[in-house]
Amino acid sequence: MRPGRRLGTSRRRERCRRPASARALPQSREGRRLSQFVQYLFYGITVGSIYAAVAIGFNLIYCTTGVVNFAQGEFVILGGMTAVTFSRYLPLPVAIAAAVVVVMGCGAGLDMAVFRRLRNPSILRMVVITIGLSIVIREAALHIWDEKARALPYFTGNETTSVQVFGAGVSPQVFWVLGVVFVMVAALHAFLKFTTVGTAMRACASDVQAAMLAGINVANMRTFVFALSAGIGALAGCVISPIAMTQYDGGASLAIKGFAAAVLGGLGNHTAAAAAGILIGLAEGFSGYLLPAAYKDAVAFAILILVLFLRPRGLFGSREVGSQREF
Amino acid sequence: MKPRAERLGLLILAVLVVGVQALTAATGTPFYLTQLTMTAYYTLATLGLCLLMGYAGQVSLCHGAFFAIGAYASAILSTLRLGSPPAAGWRGALAKLGVLVRAQDLFVPGQEYLVFTPWLGFAVALLLAAAAALLIGYPALRLRGHYLSMATLGFGLIVYRFLLGGDFTGGADGISAVPPWRVLPGIALCSDSAHRVGNYYFAWGTTGVVLILLLNLVASRTGRALRAIHEGENAANSMGVDTAAYKLRTFVISAVLAAAAGSFLTHYTGSIGPGETQALRSVRYVALVAAGGMANLWGTLTVSALLTFLSLRGVFGTLDHAVFGAILILIVCLTPDGPLVPLRRVLAHAWRRLRRRPGQAATDPE
Repeated sequence: MRPGRRLGTSRRRERCRRPASARALPQSREGRRLSQFVQYLFYGITVGSIYAAVAIGFNLIYCTTGVVNFAQGEFVILGGMTAVTFSRYLPLPVAIAAAVVVVMGCGAGLDMAVFRRLRNPSILRMVVITIGLSIVIREAALHIWDEKARALPYFTGNETTSVQVFGAGVSPQVFWVLGVVFVMVAALHAFLKFTTVGTAMRACASDVQAAMLAGINVANMRTFVFALSAGIGALAGCVISPIAMTQYDGGASLAIKGFAAAVLGGLGNHTAAAAAGILIGLAEGFSGYLLPAAYKDAVAFAILILVLFLRPRGLFGSREVGSQREF
Repeated sequence: MKPRAERLGLLILAVLVVGVQALTAATGTPFYLTQLTMTAYYTLATLGLCLLMGYAGQVSLCHGAFFAIGAYASAILSTLRLGSPPAAGWRGALAKLGVLVRAQDLFVPGQEYLVFTPWLGFAVALLLAAAAALLIGYPALRLRGHYLSMATLGFGLIVYRFLLGGDFTGGADGISAVPPWRVLPGIALCSDSAHRVGNYYFAWGTTGVVLILLLNLVASRTGRALRAIHEGENAANSMGVDTAAYKLRTFVISAVLAAAAGSFLTHYTGSIGPGETQALRSVRYVALVAAGGMANLWGTLTVSALLTFLSLRGVFGTLDHAVFGAILILIVCLTPDGPLVPLRRVLAHAWRRLRRRPGQAATDPE
């Protein structure tokens, strides 16, 4: 997983991102090409699954509260940072669980402190507020920790452990990321479909007034959704942390890529958002063939802008959703 | 605002500008003028965003990028060396037209070379920003709400990446040694302390002129149309307002103002770096407009001048960004009309109480 050492924006690191398959060099040219392809593929799927997690977080909050939370990427960073700190004193699984709980608390706190107080806020004001929140969280992270990039230890093995897939060296952590995100998406799906709370959440998303009439406490439900979405982000931040590192300023670009995925999938559709996230990750990974690594970030943004212009309701979204939500 | 109050405001602004300069001259602290001049240029960009955000109700998160487009266009064109002075051929023709001028090498005394005149850089800066705004704005402004903010945020990040990664933009170091720009007889935009006072008046004069133009625009038919779009886009549409065209025009105007500010500032400070494009920069402009009360040019001017100056003086220290973020949240949550409107209400209330005091305090209906 060399090409994907980290997701953030530090320039120094990006320069050394290029060498694709330094670990395993097969003899034949075809073999090398294949291994490079596999390397880019795994990089794309890995970062893509993180974008997918962020996109799902966006979706959850947007559907239930109508807020597009620009601070979504900050949850990922906070999760990674908190877990790194906790892992000094606690065993790794406990540290991660504790970090997720703490960040969930932050998410719920944000809703209670800010969004609950707003009555009928305009979109303009909500954009402004969530942007403000993302800056404050980011600066708080800078002051609580520092500007250094941190990483959790690898869940299995260490930096040099690799699994050979078609001649490409793939870190076991990659499989952890894919597994965790997959389980998360499946669990969320089951939760929304089969539990009472999940059904209530969907009710809030489809019609707030009807949900209220049915006896659902919408305000508490919103707080819960913020916590849930923060938890998803935090868990994603923990699993990606060993390979991508966590730095205080990585949130903004994660947020916009996650948003790109959510829009590409069509807002409101979690499975489509996950698929779109992986699609964007792949586009970013394979852009390594064409573009210098410094411009890699620009790929996701370019996709976002193109989608917004050409197909604002997303690849899988229906026309009604786009127009109803006035989004 | 009524024309009389407007004239009074402009008068107060002019008095303040002259007064501050006189004060710094009297107290022997002319170094404040440097930051005040930079403040004026940042305020110029903020005023443009105020028109877009406050009056047309569209959030742009790439004003830092427009600022940088203007700044880089000026910096690149005016530092591009086109050989040494005795110009011949096409360069001779351009030199005769005044497009090429002589510049002094900063490090080798006596060495001169030919560069494009800063006026050309300025013109290109404005045109580039307008073109970029058209390109982004044409499709994005047909969308509503969050889409525009996200599209502009994405555009800003792309510009940042390209400035950081490009060869001719100087990478992370940016471009330095941008030559002075003799913009008016006697006033050259450069960081030389001999030109400090002239620069200060030029910067605030420009900002004042732009303010007057914007005030007139807001009070005109266009301004009414923009406010109608903000209040209800469908209603405005049905009243015959071409909403897409108005939004696009406003977007282009505000982008051009940001580019002009960037161009001026680059010549003034003599350098430019990619930091100006960072998303946080753009967010800062949004914060200033929100803090000024959105649709309030005077409020934006006041808040922007104050906060930008304090920030440039380094008053907030390492909390610089956090201060702007906190301001955003607090002001938008607590006072949706901006801090000046409640303040004015409190003052007006106090004034009324004060006038009513003699004799009729007991019969006060309140």
